[in-house]
Amino acid sequence: MTSPAAKAEAARLSAHFTAAGAIPVETPILQPADTLLDLYGEDIRARAYVTTDPLRGEMMLRPDFTVPVVQMHMQTRADPARYTYAGPVFRKQDVDETRPTEYLQVGFEVFDGQTPARADAEVFASVAQALHGLPVKAVTGDIGILMAAVQGLDTTQARKSALLRHLWRPRRFRALLDRFGGRTDQPLTRIALLADADPLGGAGPEIGLRSMAEVSRRIATLREDAAAAPISGDQIALLDAILSLRETCPHVLSNLRDIAVDMPAIKPAVTRLAARLEAMDALGIAVETLAFEGSYGRSSLEYYDGFVFGFTAPDHPGLPPVATGGRYDALTAVLGQGRAVPAVGAVIRPELVVALRSPS
Amino acid sequence: MIKLGVPSKGRLMDKTFEWFQARGVRLGKAGSERDYAGLVDGIAGVDLVLLSAGEIPLELAAGRLHLGVTGSDLVLEKIANWGSRIDLLAGLGFGGANLVIAVPQLWVDVDTLDDLDAAAAAFRSAHGFRLRIATKYHRLVREFLRTGGVADYQLIDSQGATEGTVRSETAEAIADITSTGETLRANGLKVLADGLIHASQATLFESRAADLDDADQATLATLKDMLGV
Repeated sequence: MTSPAAKAEAARLSAHFTAAGAIPVETPILQPADTLLDLYGEDIRARAYVTTDPLRGEMMLRPDFTVPVVQMHMQTRADPARYTYAGPVFRKQDVDETRPTEYLQVGFEVFDGQTPARADAEVFASVAQALHGLPVKAVTGDIGILMAAVQGLDTTQARKSALLRHLWRPRRFRALLDRFGGRTDQPLTRIALLADADPLGGAGPEIGLRSMAEVSRRIATLREDAAAAPISGDQIALLDAILSLRETCPHVLSNLRDIAVDMPAIKPAVTRLAARLEAMDALGIAVETLAFEGSYGRSSLEYYDGFVFGFTAPDHPGLPPVATGGRYDALTAVLGQGRAVPAVGAVIRPELVVALRSPS
Repeated sequence: MIKLGVPSKGRLMDKTFEWFQARGVRLGKAGSERDYAGLVDGIAGVDLVLLSAGEIPLELAAGRLHLGVTGSDLVLEKIANWGSRIDLLAGLGFGGANLVIAVPQLWVDVDTLDDLDAAAAAFRSAHGFRLRIATKYHRLVREFLRTGGVADYQLIDSQGATEGTVRSETAEAIADITSTGETLRANGLKVLADGLIHASQATLFESRAADLDDADQATLATLKDMLGV
């Protein structure tokens, strides 16, 4: 149940974003499950309530607003466009039963293809203003720099793609990096498979949709991978240096500029970070003291691909972030059927704002 | 009364009765073979409830049974965060079966979860949808694959004859219970080297949610003492 205080807070936040030029929009609570499943995979089924409709098939209780708002925007051609929304989202909590399964989100989404740095700064500043006076601390990061660093590795495209696919699964990412770097041995069965002149000779019956040709293609890919040189220790060290950055933004920027000397592929992303910090400074954000973490955003839902940020309450370590946001250009490309629109957005949880405001 | 839930038929019931008998507690059906009323001999204040093995986990979690015997796979699958509601007292040493991930033998390139993940990525880009894994153990399989870092798959519900779903092309791989692997092999499937999700056996569980008055507490203590758990 939503408390009157949380509803009033949601109304205040909506008014704040509306005053910033956002158009209020609504989305259905029941969403077709296939779009969300295709985007997020099985993990979303563990987090969202799924129900069935006799005619429409599997439906989901809205786990967030971003996807339906992007879909709605892609029908229009407005650029720039700003939207705000408020309403409940639903999340299953099967590990921590004390966490709410239904809570409010108030969001702000900016679609602006002209000046992305300013749009990033605008969304961050608007959320910071909305939370003014609350005991919260902002943390920022940049998934785009990580992606650029992986793309910049001196190795095969297949390895880069595998690493990029698992950017959001830090443990799996590390295991792959160890293997591609020659730090872990190949499994014995893999060595035997690659040594076999006729690996498909003893294969079982050809059943299922995954064809023998697909199996052969993967064996060819594995052979190419076995022939490729390991990723050098120097390059892995550079990647680790980026992942372990934990400093104020100006320090991080100067560190990244040093790293870019040895890894030129990250230069454009670092230039974008510099432009963003300038734009934030121009909007009155104290970037001198703003925190940046190289790994920030890696455990979130996998659609952010640039600037990421969150506001947490340091005195309430058990509390989820009060606000989170980031840039998700790639998501608009997936949902826009080829047409992409640079987009950045954020959500605030009114119940958590109320909890932080109450004296207890 | 202490309510003890036991599977209502088959080998699981017979073996459970034997296990209790060996510890001085005789369990039995009250009347004919089709009668689901139970009898308890050897201790007073214990009520035998015969019901489907699949219903015992929820009854324990809800506190309507104090004790229950069922497959550990069923408790893990059906009760989220089960350790906060149910205690595991003892594995009974029978009813063993493994929940495993199995793929077609044709997939000579897939031997580990790592391979499965890579195959799933290639499958998705070739076919335009996520690689389908048929199972009835959704929670266990999803958690296992998430921990194993497998992405780009989807679970398809299959409540029976799961081994046949690959041949009928409703799934590319399966996750199912097997004891000898015979049925898997007969259907052209093999188990992944690191594909063991859970080694299940018949297990005695205690509810942490069931009400106990003083007499119940004494009965429960005596019973657990007799059973050596």
